[in-house]
Amino acid sequence: MSCLQTIQDYGLRSIGIGERLLPKGDYTLCEHFTLIGSGMIWNIYFGVMALATGFFLATALALGKASANPLLRKPSEWFIFVFRGSPLFIQFFFAYFFFLSLKKTYPMFDAFTAAWLGALIVLFLNTAAYSGEIFYGALRSIPKGDLEAADAYGMSGWSRFRRIVWPTMLRLAWPAYTNEAIFLFHATTLVFFSAFPAWQQRGDALYYASYFADKTFNPFIPYPILAFYFILLTLAIVGVFGLVNKRLNRHLPAARRARMRFRLNLAR
Amino acid sequence: MFSYCADPDTLGTFRWFSCYLTNGVHMSFYMSFVKVLVLLAVTAPVALAFGFAGAMAARSHFPPLGWLGKGYIAIVRGVPDIAFFLFFVIALDQAFEWTRHQMFCPDWTDPIRQGNDFLVCPQAKLPLGTAPEWVHETYGFFLAVITFSIVFGAFAANVLFGGMRAVPHAQLETAEAYGMSRRQTFWRILVPQMWVYALPGLSNLWMVLIKATPLLFLLGIEDIVYWARELGGTKTSRFTDYPHGDWRMWYFLFLLIFYLAMTRVSEIGLERLMRKLSHGQATAAGELLRKETTQ
Repeated sequence: MSCLQTIQDYGLRSIGIGERLLPKGDYTLCEHFTLIGSGMIWNIYFGVMALATGFFLATALALGKASANPLLRKPSEWFIFVFRGSPLFIQFFFAYFFFLSLKKTYPMFDAFTAAWLGALIVLFLNTAAYSGEIFYGALRSIPKGDLEAADAYGMSGWSRFRRIVWPTMLRLAWPAYTNEAIFLFHATTLVFFSAFPAWQQRGDALYYASYFADKTFNPFIPYPILAFYFILLTLAIVGVFGLVNKRLNRHLPAARRARMRFRLNLAR
Repeated sequence: MFSYCADPDTLGTFRWFSCYLTNGVHMSFYMSFVKVLVLLAVTAPVALAFGFAGAMAARSHFPPLGWLGKGYIAIVRGVPDIAFFLFFVIALDQAFEWTRHQMFCPDWTDPIRQGNDFLVCPQAKLPLGTAPEWVHETYGFFLAVITFSIVFGAFAANVLFGGMRAVPHAQLETAEAYGMSRRQTFWRILVPQMWVYALPGLSNLWMVLIKATPLLFLLGIEDIVYWARELGGTKTSRFTDYPHGDWRMWYFLFLLIFYLAMTRVSEIGLERLMRKLSHGQATAAGELLRKETTQ
Protein backbone atom coordinates (compact mmCIF):
# COMPACT_ATOMS: atom_id res chain seq x y z
CA MET A 1 0.00 0.00 0.00
CA SER A 2 1.44 3.32 -0.97
CA CYS A 3 1.91 6.11 1.51
CA LEU A 4 -0.63 8.31 -0.25
CA GLN A 5 -3.21 5.57 0.18
CA THR A 6 -2.36 5.35 3.90
CA ILE A 7 -2.82 9.08 4.30
CA GLN A 8 -6.20 8.85 2.55
CA ASP A 9 -7.26 6.00 4.82
CA TYR A 10 -5.97 7.21 8.14
CA GLY A 11 -5.35 10.96 7.80
CA LEU A 12 -8.67 11.79 9.46
CA ARG A 13 -9.01 8.53 11.41
CA SER A 14 -9.07 10.35 14.77
CA ILE A 15 -12.34 12.09 13.90
CA GLY A 16 -13.91 8.98 12.42
CA ILE A 17 -13.41 9.58 8.69
CA GLY A 18 -11.71 6.88 6.66
CA GLU A 19 -10.74 3.32 7.46
CA ARG A 20 -12.44 1.95 10.55
CA LEU A 21 -9.86 -0.69 11.53
CA LEU A 22 -6.43 0.39 12.66
CA PRO A 23 -3.53 -1.12 10.69
CA LYS A 24 -2.32 -4.54 11.82
CA GLY A 25 0.91 -6.44 11.73
CA ASP A 26 4.03 -4.71 10.49
CA TYR A 27 3.63 -1.01 10.83
CA THR A 28 5.31 1.21 8.28
CA LEU A 29 6.87 4.53 9.11
CA CYS A 30 4.20 6.14 6.99
CA GLU A 31 1.44 4.65 9.13
CA HIS A 32 3.17 5.95 12.26
CA PHE A 33 3.37 9.47 10.87
CA THR A 34 -0.15 9.49 9.48
CA LEU A 35 -1.98 8.17 12.54
CA ILE A 36 -0.06 10.21 15.10
CA GLY A 37 -0.52 13.28 12.92
CA SER A 38 -4.21 12.53 12.66
CA GLY A 39 -4.35 12.41 16.45
CA MET A 40 -2.90 15.92 16.57
CA ILE A 41 -6.31 17.16 15.36
CA TRP A 42 -7.65 16.47 18.84
CA ASN A 43 -4.74 18.19 20.57
CA ILE A 44 -5.22 21.27 18.43
CA TYR A 45 -8.99 21.20 18.93
CA PHE A 46 -8.71 21.01 22.73
CA GLY A 47 -5.94 23.59 22.91
CA VAL A 48 -7.51 26.17 20.61
CA MET A 49 -11.01 25.87 22.07
CA ALA A 50 -9.82 25.98 25.68
CA LEU A 51 -7.60 29.00 25.00
CA ALA A 52 -10.30 30.87 23.10
CA THR A 53 -12.92 30.39 25.80
CA GLY A 54 -10.58 30.44 28.79
CA PHE A 55 -9.22 33.83 27.82
CA PHE A 56 -12.44 35.63 28.74
CA LEU A 57 -12.92 33.81 32.04
CA ALA A 58 -9.26 34.50 32.83
CA THR A 59 -9.77 38.24 32.32
CA ALA A 60 -12.81 38.13 34.58
CA LEU A 61 -10.93 36.15 37.23
CA ALA A 62 -7.99 38.54 37.16
CA LEU A 63 -10.29 41.52 37.59
CA GLY A 64 -12.15 39.67 40.32
CA LYS A 65 -8.98 38.84 42.22
CA ALA A 66 -7.78 42.44 41.94
CA SER A 67 -11.15 43.78 43.05
CA ALA A 68 -11.60 45.48 46.42
CA ASN A 69 -14.98 43.86 46.94
CA PRO A 70 -14.57 40.60 48.88
CA LEU A 71 -17.69 39.13 47.24
CA LEU A 72 -15.82 39.20 43.93
CA ARG A 73 -12.32 38.67 45.26
CA LYS A 74 -12.83 35.60 47.45
CA PRO A 75 -14.51 33.37 44.83
CA SER A 76 -11.88 34.30 42.26
CA GLU A 77 -9.05 33.55 44.70
CA TRP A 78 -10.58 30.20 45.58
CA PHE A 79 -11.21 29.26 41.99
CA ILE A 80 -7.62 30.01 41.04
CA PHE A 81 -6.29 28.18 44.09
CA VAL A 82 -8.35 25.04 43.49
CA PHE A 83 -7.44 24.71 39.83
CA ARG A 84 -3.78 25.68 40.20
CA GLY A 85 -3.24 23.73 43.40
CA SER A 86 -4.39 20.33 42.22
CA PRO A 87 -3.11 18.12 39.41
CA LEU A 88 -4.93 18.40 36.09
CA PHE A 89 -4.88 14.61 35.90
CA ILE A 90 -6.97 14.30 39.07
CA GLN A 91 -9.27 17.08 37.84
CA PHE A 92 -9.98 15.06 34.72
CA PHE A 93 -10.80 11.98 36.76
CA PHE A 94 -13.00 13.85 39.18
CA ALA A 95 -14.86 15.68 36.42
CA TYR A 96 -15.46 12.49 34.47
CA PHE A 97 -16.93 10.62 37.42
CA PHE A 98 -18.87 13.70 38.43
CA PHE A 99 -20.46 13.94 34.98
CA LEU A 100 -21.05 10.20 35.04
CA SER A 101 -23.09 10.41 38.23
CA LEU A 102 -24.95 13.46 36.90
CA LYS A 103 -25.78 11.50 33.80
CA LYS A 104 -27.44 8.80 35.90
CA THR A 105 -29.97 11.23 37.29
CA TYR A 106 -30.25 13.61 34.33
CA PRO A 107 -29.77 11.91 30.93
CA MET A 108 -29.19 15.29 29.29
CA PHE A 109 -25.61 15.22 30.64
CA ASP A 110 -24.80 12.41 28.23
CA ALA A 111 -22.46 14.51 26.08
CA PHE A 112 -20.50 15.66 29.11
CA THR A 113 -19.01 12.21 29.65
CA ALA A 114 -17.51 12.29 26.15
CA ALA A 115 -14.05 13.76 25.82
CA TRP A 116 -14.93 16.42 23.26
CA LEU A 117 -17.11 18.28 25.76
CA GLY A 118 -16.25 16.99 29.25
CA ALA A 119 -12.48 17.25 28.91
CA LEU A 120 -12.84 20.57 27.13
CA ILE A 121 -14.72 22.00 30.12
CA VAL A 122 -11.96 20.89 32.49
CA LEU A 123 -9.26 22.34 30.23
CA PHE A 124 -11.25 25.56 29.90
CA LEU A 125 -11.54 25.99 33.68
CA ASN A 126 -7.95 24.97 34.21
CA THR A 127 -6.42 27.32 31.68
CA ALA A 128 -8.69 30.11 32.90
CA ALA A 129 -7.24 29.69 36.41
CA TYR A 130 -3.62 29.64 35.23
CA SER A 131 -4.02 32.57 32.83
CA GLY A 132 -6.13 34.39 35.40
CA GLU A 133 -3.18 34.33 37.78
CA ILE A 134 -0.87 35.57 35.01
CA PHE A 135 -3.26 38.40 34.10
CA TYR A 136 -3.66 39.29 37.77
CA GLY A 137 0.10 39.65 38.10
CA ALA A 138 0.17 41.85 35.00
CA LEU A 139 -2.76 43.91 36.27
CA ARG A 140 -0.83 44.72 39.40
CA SER A 141 2.25 45.81 37.48
CA ILE A 142 0.52 48.30 35.18
CA PRO A 143 2.62 51.47 35.43
CA LYS A 144 1.02 53.99 37.78
CA GLY A 145 1.68 56.78 35.30
CA ASP A 146 -0.55 55.15 32.66
CA LEU A 147 -3.49 55.09 35.05
CA GLU A 148 -2.87 58.66 36.18
CA ALA A 149 -2.74 59.75 32.56
CA ALA A 150 -6.08 58.06 31.97
CA ASP A 151 -7.53 59.91 34.96
CA ALA A 152 -6.11 63.17 33.66
CA TYR A 153 -7.88 62.63 30.35
CA GLY A 154 -11.12 62.15 32.24
CA MET A 155 -11.44 58.50 31.40
CA SER A 156 -13.20 56.26 33.82
CA GLY A 157 -15.04 52.98 34.05
CA TRP A 158 -15.41 51.06 30.83
CA SER A 159 -13.46 53.36 28.53
CA ARG A 160 -10.50 53.41 30.94
CA PHE A 161 -10.55 49.65 31.12
CA ARG A 162 -10.99 49.15 27.40
CA ARG A 163 -8.35 51.64 26.28
CA ILE A 164 -5.72 51.60 29.03
CA VAL A 165 -5.96 48.82 31.59
CA TRP A 166 -6.78 45.88 29.35
CA PRO A 167 -4.25 46.49 26.54
CA THR A 168 -1.49 47.19 29.04
CA MET A 169 -2.36 44.11 31.03
CA LEU A 170 -2.23 41.97 27.89
CA ARG A 171 1.03 43.54 26.79
CA LEU A 172 2.70 42.80 30.12
CA ALA A 173 1.24 39.32 30.46
CA TRP A 174 1.85 38.20 26.89
CA PRO A 175 5.21 36.38 27.22
CA ALA A 176 3.97 34.43 30.24
CA TYR A 177 0.65 33.80 28.51
CA THR A 178 2.50 32.34 25.54
CA ASN A 179 4.15 29.90 27.90
CA GLU A 180 0.79 28.99 29.36
CA ALA A 181 -0.53 28.34 25.85
CA ILE A 182 2.38 26.02 25.06
CA PHE A 183 1.81 24.05 28.23
CA LEU A 184 -1.91 23.92 27.69
CA PHE A 185 -1.29 22.19 24.37
CA HIS A 186 1.03 19.77 26.14
CA ALA A 187 -1.61 19.15 28.79
CA THR A 188 -4.14 18.13 26.15
CA THR A 189 -2.24 14.84 25.81
CA LEU A 190 -3.54 13.83 29.25
CA VAL A 191 -7.17 13.70 28.15
CA PHE A 192 -7.32 10.15 26.83
CA PHE A 193 -5.04 8.83 29.55
CA SER A 194 -7.37 9.94 32.30
CA ALA A 195 -10.83 8.49 32.56
CA PHE A 196 -12.27 9.90 29.33
CA PRO A 197 -12.72 7.01 26.89
CA ALA A 198 -11.43 7.17 23.33
CA TRP A 199 -14.61 6.15 21.52
CA GLN A 200 -13.94 3.78 18.59
CA GLN A 201 -10.21 4.30 19.15
CA ARG A 202 -10.47 7.92 18.10
CA GLY A 203 -7.74 9.37 20.26
CA ASP A 204 -5.17 12.13 20.29
CA ALA A 205 -1.55 11.97 19.14
CA LEU A 206 -0.22 10.43 22.34
CA TYR A 207 -2.99 7.86 22.31
CA TYR A 208 -1.86 6.58 18.91
CA ALA A 209 1.83 6.87 19.83
CA SER A 210 1.34 4.69 22.89
CA TYR A 211 -0.84 2.34 20.81
CA PHE A 212 2.11 1.77 18.48
CA ALA A 213 4.56 1.47 21.37
CA ASP A 214 2.37 -1.13 23.04
CA LYS A 215 1.93 -3.15 19.88
CA THR A 216 5.51 -3.11 18.60
CA PHE A 217 7.17 -2.89 22.00
CA ASN A 218 9.48 -0.35 20.39
CA PRO A 219 9.22 3.15 21.89
CA PHE A 220 12.02 4.56 19.76
CA ILE A 221 9.88 5.25 16.69
CA PRO A 222 6.43 6.54 17.78
CA TYR A 223 7.55 8.85 20.59
CA PRO A 224 10.18 10.74 18.58
CA ILE A 225 7.52 11.21 15.88
CA LEU A 226 5.19 12.61 18.52
CA ALA A 227 8.00 14.85 19.74
CA PHE A 228 8.53 16.07 16.19
CA TYR A 229 4.86 17.04 15.82
CA PHE A 230 4.81 18.80 19.18
CA ILE A 231 7.96 20.77 18.46
CA LEU A 232 6.33 21.93 15.21
CA LEU A 233 3.20 22.88 17.17
CA THR A 234 5.25 24.74 19.78
CA LEU A 235 7.04 26.68 17.04
CA ALA A 236 3.69 27.56 15.46
CA ILE A 237 2.32 28.82 18.78
CA VAL A 238 5.45 30.90 19.39
CA GLY A 239 5.06 32.34 15.88
CA VAL A 240 1.38 33.26 16.21
CA PHE A 241 1.74 34.66 19.71
CA GLY A 242 4.82 36.57 18.56
CA LEU A 243 2.69 38.34 15.92
CA VAL A 244 0.15 39.33 18.58
CA ASN A 245 2.96 40.49 20.82
CA LYS A 246 4.26 42.69 18.03
CA ARG A 247 0.85 44.29 17.64
CA LEU A 248 0.42 44.82 21.38
CA ASN A 249 3.77 46.58 21.57
CA ARG A 250 3.49 48.58 18.35
CA HIS A 251 3.10 51.97 20.07
CA LEU A 252 6.35 51.66 22.00
CA PRO A 253 9.65 53.09 20.75
CA ALA A 254 11.70 50.32 19.19
CA ALA A 255 14.32 50.25 21.93
CA ARG A 256 11.82 49.78 24.74
CA ARG A 257 9.79 47.20 22.89
CA ALA A 258 9.86 44.03 24.91
CA ARG A 259 11.47 41.27 22.92
CA MET A 260 9.67 38.02 23.52
CA ARG A 261 11.74 36.07 25.96
CA PHE A 262 10.45 32.71 26.94
CA ARG A 263 11.14 31.66 30.44
CA LEU A 264 10.17 28.23 31.48
CA ASN A 265 7.23 28.43 33.81
CA LEU A 266 6.72 24.68 33.60
CA ALA A 267 3.66 22.58 33.13
CA ARG A 268 0.73 22.37 35.48
CA MET B 1 -10.09 -3.65 62.47
CA PHE B 2 -12.68 -3.28 65.24
CA SER B 3 -14.32 -6.16 67.05
CA TYR B 4 -17.81 -5.23 65.91
CA CYS B 5 -16.82 -5.45 62.22
CA ALA B 6 -17.61 -9.17 61.94
CA ASP B 7 -21.02 -8.63 60.33
CA PRO B 8 -21.14 -5.26 58.56
CA ASP B 9 -24.75 -5.66 57.36
CA THR B 10 -26.12 -5.03 60.83
CA LEU B 11 -24.12 -1.89 61.59
CA GLY B 12 -25.29 1.72 61.75
CA THR B 13 -23.92 4.30 59.33
CA PHE B 14 -21.08 5.57 61.49
CA ARG B 15 -19.87 2.14 62.56
CA TRP B 16 -20.26 0.83 59.02
CA PHE B 17 -17.94 3.55 57.72
CA SER B 18 -15.45 3.02 60.54
CA CYS B 19 -15.20 -0.63 59.48
CA TYR B 20 -15.29 0.10 55.75
CA LEU B 21 -12.53 2.69 55.86
CA THR B 22 -10.20 0.45 57.87
CA ASN B 23 -10.54 -2.82 55.93
CA GLY B 24 -7.62 -4.47 54.17
CA VAL B 25 -7.90 -2.82 50.75
CA HIS B 26 -8.20 0.60 52.32
CA MET B 27 -4.95 -0.03 54.16
CA SER B 28 -3.33 -0.61 50.75
CA PHE B 29 -4.93 2.64 49.62
CA TYR B 30 -3.35 4.49 52.55
CA MET B 31 -0.01 2.80 51.86
CA SER B 32 -0.10 4.18 48.34
CA PHE B 33 -0.03 7.71 49.81
CA VAL B 34 3.25 6.69 51.43
CA LYS B 35 4.43 5.63 47.97
CA VAL B 36 3.73 9.12 46.66
CA LEU B 37 5.64 10.69 49.53
CA VAL B 38 8.57 8.32 49.04
CA LEU B 39 8.62 9.17 45.36
CA LEU B 40 8.76 12.88 46.20
CA ALA B 41 11.46 12.36 48.81
CA VAL B 42 13.67 10.33 46.47
CA THR B 43 13.02 12.17 43.22
CA ALA B 44 13.60 15.71 44.49
CA PRO B 45 17.29 15.30 45.43
CA VAL B 46 18.08 12.99 42.50
CA ALA B 47 16.45 15.38 40.03
CA LEU B 48 18.38 18.25 41.59
CA ALA B 49 21.61 16.32 41.05
CA PHE B 50 20.65 15.59 37.42
CA GLY B 51 19.79 19.26 37.02
CA PHE B 52 23.09 20.40 38.46
CA ALA B 53 24.98 18.09 36.12
CA GLY B 54 22.88 19.31 33.19
CA ALA B 55 23.46 22.97 34.02
CA MET B 56 27.20 22.36 34.40
CA ALA B 57 27.27 20.58 31.05
CA ALA B 58 25.34 23.41 29.41
CA ARG B 59 27.93 25.92 30.69
CA SER B 60 30.80 23.81 29.44
CA HIS B 61 33.23 25.31 26.95
CA PHE B 62 33.83 21.91 25.38
CA PRO B 63 31.27 22.03 22.54
CA PRO B 64 29.89 18.45 22.49
CA LEU B 65 29.29 18.58 26.24
CA GLY B 66 27.71 22.02 25.95
CA TRP B 67 25.38 20.82 23.19
CA LEU B 68 24.47 17.79 25.25
CA GLY B 69 23.52 19.95 28.23
CA LYS B 70 21.61 22.49 26.15
CA GLY B 71 19.88 19.76 24.19
CA TYR B 72 18.83 18.05 27.41
CA ILE B 73 17.28 21.30 28.65
CA ALA B 74 15.67 22.26 25.34
CA ILE B 75 14.03 18.97 24.42
CA VAL B 76 11.77 18.88 27.46
CA ARG B 77 10.39 22.31 26.64
CA GLY B 78 8.93 21.39 23.29
CA VAL B 79 7.45 18.00 24.13
CA PRO B 80 4.74 17.06 26.67
CA ASP B 81 6.28 15.58 29.80
CA ILE B 82 3.83 12.68 29.83
CA ALA B 83 5.27 11.55 26.49
CA PHE B 84 8.64 11.33 28.21
CA PHE B 85 7.17 9.33 31.05
CA LEU B 86 5.66 6.79 28.70
CA PHE B 87 8.82 6.68 26.59
CA PHE B 88 11.41 6.30 29.32
CA VAL B 89 9.66 3.54 31.20
CA ILE B 90 9.88 1.20 28.20
CA ALA B 91 13.17 2.56 26.90
CA LEU B 92 14.97 2.24 30.25
CA ASP B 93 13.64 -1.25 30.81
CA GLN B 94 14.84 -2.34 27.37
CA ALA B 95 18.19 -0.62 27.84
CA PHE B 96 18.80 -2.50 31.09
CA GLU B 97 17.73 -5.82 29.65
CA TRP B 98 19.81 -5.29 26.52
CA THR B 99 22.92 -4.52 28.59
CA ARG B 100 22.41 -7.59 30.74
CA HIS B 101 21.80 -9.64 27.62
CA GLN B 102 25.18 -8.57 26.21
CA MET B 103 26.84 -9.41 29.52
CA PHE B 104 25.24 -12.74 30.37
CA CYS B 105 24.52 -14.34 27.02
CA PRO B 106 27.34 -13.44 24.62
CA ASP B 107 26.74 -16.53 22.46
CA TRP B 108 23.01 -15.90 21.93
CA THR B 109 22.52 -15.75 18.16
CA ASP B 110 18.83 -14.89 17.68
CA PRO B 111 18.08 -11.22 17.04
CA ILE B 112 16.63 -9.36 20.02
CA ARG B 113 13.97 -7.53 18.04
CA GLN B 114 11.91 -10.15 16.25
CA GLY B 115 9.07 -8.42 14.48
CA ASN B 116 7.00 -6.89 17.23
CA ASP B 117 8.81 -8.62 20.09
CA PHE B 118 11.73 -7.74 22.29
CA LEU B 119 13.38 -11.02 23.28
CA VAL B 120 16.38 -11.38 25.55
CA CYS B 121 17.72 -14.58 27.08
CA PRO B 122 15.98 -15.70 30.30
CA GLN B 123 18.97 -14.84 32.53
CA ALA B 124 18.87 -11.23 31.31
CA LYS B 125 15.20 -10.63 32.13
CA LEU B 126 14.55 -7.89 34.64
CA PRO B 127 13.37 -8.81 37.14
CA LEU B 128 14.01 -12.54 36.71
CA GLY B 129 10.95 -14.62 35.89
CA THR B 130 11.38 -16.47 39.18
CA ALA B 131 11.57 -13.35 41.34
CA PRO B 132 8.87 -12.80 43.97
CA GLU B 133 6.11 -10.24 43.51
CA TRP B 134 7.67 -7.51 45.65
CA VAL B 135 10.79 -7.47 43.45
CA HIS B 136 8.61 -6.74 40.42
CA GLU B 137 6.89 -3.91 42.25
CA THR B 138 10.13 -2.42 43.52
CA TYR B 139 11.68 -2.61 40.07
CA GLY B 140 8.66 -0.80 38.60
CA PHE B 141 8.92 1.88 41.25
CA PHE B 142 12.66 2.19 40.63
CA LEU B 143 12.04 2.76 36.91
CA ALA B 144 9.43 5.38 37.77
CA VAL B 145 11.87 7.22 40.05
CA ILE B 146 14.55 7.32 37.34
CA THR B 147 12.02 8.51 34.77
CA PHE B 148 10.77 11.29 37.02
CA SER B 149 14.35 12.27 37.83
CA ILE B 150 15.36 12.52 34.18
CA VAL B 151 12.38 14.68 33.24
CA PHE B 152 12.49 16.90 36.30
CA GLY B 153 16.27 16.98 36.10
CA ALA B 154 15.89 18.77 32.78
CA PHE B 155 13.51 21.30 34.33
CA ALA B 156 15.91 21.79 37.25
CA ALA B 157 18.85 22.16 34.86
CA ASN B 158 17.04 25.00 33.15
CA VAL B 159 16.35 26.75 36.47
CA LEU B 160 19.89 26.27 37.77
CA PHE B 161 21.38 27.40 34.44
CA GLY B 162 19.33 30.60 34.79
CA GLY B 163 20.41 30.97 38.41
CA MET B 164 24.08 30.66 37.45
CA ARG B 165 23.68 33.31 34.79
CA ALA B 166 21.93 35.64 37.24
CA VAL B 167 24.93 35.86 39.57
CA PRO B 168 26.45 39.34 38.98
CA HIS B 169 29.29 39.12 36.55
CA ALA B 170 31.47 41.42 38.66
CA GLN B 171 31.65 38.67 41.27
CA LEU B 172 33.24 36.31 38.78
CA GLU B 173 35.60 38.96 37.45
CA THR B 174 36.74 39.73 40.98
CA ALA B 175 37.46 36.05 41.55
CA GLU B 176 39.50 36.01 38.36
CA ALA B 177 41.39 39.11 39.50
CA TYR B 178 42.29 37.27 42.68
CA GLY B 179 43.86 34.59 40.54
CA MET B 180 41.30 31.86 41.02
CA SER B 181 41.12 29.16 38.40
CA ARG B 182 37.88 28.51 36.50
CA ARG B 183 37.16 25.54 38.71
CA GLN B 184 37.74 27.53 41.90
CA THR B 185 35.57 30.39 40.68
CA PHE B 186 32.77 27.98 39.92
CA TRP B 187 32.77 26.14 43.23
CA ARG B 188 33.69 28.97 45.59
CA ILE B 189 31.96 31.99 44.07
CA LEU B 190 29.26 30.95 41.64
CA VAL B 191 27.68 27.93 43.35
CA PRO B 192 27.18 29.46 46.81
CA GLN B 193 25.52 32.55 45.33
CA MET B 194 23.27 31.04 42.72
CA TRP B 195 20.77 29.44 45.10
CA VAL B 196 18.94 32.64 45.98
CA TYR B 197 18.36 33.33 42.30
CA ALA B 198 17.35 29.75 41.60
CA LEU B 199 15.03 29.33 44.57
CA PRO B 200 11.84 30.84 43.07
CA GLY B 201 12.25 28.56 40.07
CA LEU B 202 13.04 25.55 42.22
CA SER B 203 10.04 26.09 44.48
CA ASN B 204 7.85 26.35 41.40
CA LEU B 205 9.41 23.09 40.27
CA TRP B 206 8.60 21.45 43.59
CA MET B 207 4.95 22.40 43.13
CA VAL B 208 4.98 20.96 39.61
CA LEU B 209 6.60 17.78 40.93
CA ILE B 210 3.86 17.35 43.52
CA LYS B 211 1.25 17.80 40.83
CA ALA B 212 3.01 15.31 38.55
CA THR B 213 2.90 12.46 41.07
CA PRO B 214 -0.49 11.09 39.92
CA LEU B 215 1.19 10.29 36.61
CA LEU B 216 2.72 7.33 38.47
CA PHE B 217 -0.52 5.63 37.53
CA LEU B 218 0.47 5.72 33.87
CA LEU B 219 3.76 4.02 34.66
CA GLY B 220 1.92 0.96 35.92
CA ILE B 221 2.41 1.59 39.64
CA GLU B 222 -0.43 0.80 42.05
CA ASP B 223 -0.62 4.37 43.28
CA ILE B 224 -3.42 6.48 44.74
CA VAL B 225 -5.18 6.92 41.40
CA TYR B 226 -5.19 3.17 40.84
CA TRP B 227 -6.65 2.48 44.28
CA ALA B 228 -9.19 5.27 44.05
CA ARG B 229 -10.51 3.75 40.84
CA GLU B 230 -10.48 0.25 42.30
CA LEU B 231 -12.13 1.08 45.59
CA GLY B 232 -14.63 3.58 44.27
CA GLY B 233 -16.15 1.29 41.64
CA THR B 234 -19.54 -0.28 42.25
CA LYS B 235 -19.32 -3.30 44.57
CA THR B 236 -22.04 -5.90 44.90
CA SER B 237 -22.53 -8.01 48.00
CA ARG B 238 -21.29 -11.11 46.16
CA PHE B 239 -17.70 -9.95 46.23
CA THR B 240 -17.41 -7.82 49.33
CA ASP B 241 -18.87 -7.39 52.79
CA TYR B 242 -19.27 -3.70 52.08
CA PRO B 243 -21.45 -3.29 48.98
CA HIS B 244 -21.85 0.26 47.67
CA GLY B 245 -22.63 2.18 44.50
CA ASP B 246 -20.24 4.09 42.26
CA TRP B 247 -18.24 6.23 44.69
CA ARG B 248 -15.31 7.01 42.43
CA MET B 249 -16.30 10.67 42.33
CA TRP B 250 -15.93 10.92 46.12
CA TYR B 251 -12.61 9.13 46.12
CA PHE B 252 -11.24 11.53 43.54
CA LEU B 253 -12.67 14.46 45.46
CA PHE B 254 -10.65 13.20 48.40
CA LEU B 255 -7.50 13.04 46.24
CA LEU B 256 -8.20 16.56 45.00
CA ILE B 257 -8.36 17.78 48.59
CA PHE B 258 -5.23 15.84 49.49
CA TYR B 259 -3.29 17.57 46.71
CA LEU B 260 -4.69 20.98 47.59
CA ALA B 261 -3.49 20.45 51.16
CA MET B 262 -0.06 19.33 49.94
CA THR B 263 0.41 22.39 47.74
CA ARG B 264 -0.87 24.76 50.44
CA VAL B 265 1.53 23.33 53.04
CA SER B 266 4.43 23.54 50.57
CA GLU B 267 3.51 27.10 49.69
CA ILE B 268 3.69 28.16 53.32
CA GLY B 269 6.93 26.22 53.89
CA LEU B 270 8.61 27.66 50.81
CA GLU B 271 7.55 31.19 51.74
CA ARG B 272 9.27 30.75 55.11
CA LEU B 273 12.40 29.34 53.44
CA MET B 274 12.56 32.24 50.98
CA ARG B 275 12.21 34.69 53.84
CA LYS B 276 15.05 33.03 55.66
CA LEU B 277 17.32 32.97 52.60
CA SER B 278 16.53 36.58 51.72
CA HIS B 279 17.76 37.70 55.10
CA GLY B 280 20.74 39.97 54.63
CA GLN B 281 20.70 39.65 50.82
CA ALA B 282 21.12 42.68 48.63
CA THR B 283 17.79 42.05 46.90
CA ALA B 284 14.40 43.74 47.11
CA ALA B 285 13.10 41.04 49.45
CA GLY B 286 16.13 41.38 51.68
CA GLU B 287 15.70 45.16 51.75
CA LEU B 288 12.06 44.73 52.79
CA LEU B 289 13.10 42.47 55.67
CA ARG B 290 15.67 45.01 56.80
CA LYS B 291 13.07 47.79 56.82
CA GLU B 292 10.64 45.64 58.78
CA THR B 293 13.13 45.08 61.56
CA THR B 294 14.52 48.60 61.74
CA GLN B 295 11.20 50.40 61.79
